Amino acid sequence: MLILTCPCCGVTAEETEFHGGGEAHLKREGPGSDDAAFEGYLFHRENPRGVHFERWRHVYGCGKWFHAARDTGTLEVFGTYSAQTTEPPADLLEKIRERRPGWSWREFS
Amino acid sequence: MSEPVSALGGAKTEALVTVEEMAPRGMIVLRGKLDDTAITGALEKVSGLAMPGQRGITVDGARRLAWMSPDEAMLILPRGDVSGAQADLTAALAGAHALVADLSDARASFRLSGEDAALREVLARLSPVDMHQTAFGPGMVRRTRLAQVAGAFWMPEVGVAELVTFRSVAQYAFDLLSVAARSPRVFA
Repeated sequence: MLILTCPCCGVTAEETEFHGGGEAHLKREGPGSDDAAFEGYLFHRENPRGVHFERWRHVYGCGKWFHAARDTGTLEVFGTYSAQTTEPPADLLEKIRERRPGWSWREFS
Repeated sequence: MSEPVSALGGAKTEALVTVEEMAPRGMIVLRGKLDDTAITGALEKVSGLAMPGQRGITVDGARRLAWMSPDEAMLILPRGDVSGAQADLTAALAGAHALVADLSDARASFRLSGEDAALREVLARLSPVDMHQTAFGPGMVRRTRLAQVAGAFWMPEVGVAELVTFRSVAQYAFDLLSVAARSPRVFA
């Protein structure tokens, strides 16, 4: 079971109080984008064993969306951070580098 | 003008703790950035209560002012004061990016009272919340889940908890609380 801390209201709770929202940091491909990019935006998702970045919603609490970095194998949560960003914060990436040397996820490593 | 009626007509269960549905109360919800002092100042002025910090609640008599999320506050007050307070708050917030809504009829309220430890045990049976005295106590509000429905609770004083859920799930929440209150204690 995951234990997440909502960065919006500060509550630390187990995952049944939250709802997963899939992969984080997707770049929207709208009208005018080519078919391959649009297909990737709609359908292609990371499915790593190891470090993963996800969106979560504190659905039974403050109702806010946020991002979480965790390990899909061990369920270790590296950290949670605001959803109002396009990339993970540098200190979180550094922490993951320490915990999982050699990891990579999309363009992050 | 029709009289407000609570969802369950004041249903009551007396067991390990006493669970009762509260008479209709006024609830005003404010949406707007709570780090904006223009908004919190208006709230304080109209409610007469100090603005609580993150996940806090200020209690004074029948009035409560609760921090519900970074952009949501809930003001609980006697039913008869709702329309006046809503008008005052709307006027005080003119020009601010905020919304004031009367949600008095949207929710059901319950009151749990009894021995503090028993009260904490009943709530802990239904919510994934650490109910230890050092983790949760008066002055705090927790929005969480009660089995399968959303709810929020706080302790206006030691030995009393107040709980709100959506009115549509009032019977479910009351049954949950009643079963939890009737079950024998696990922690002595």
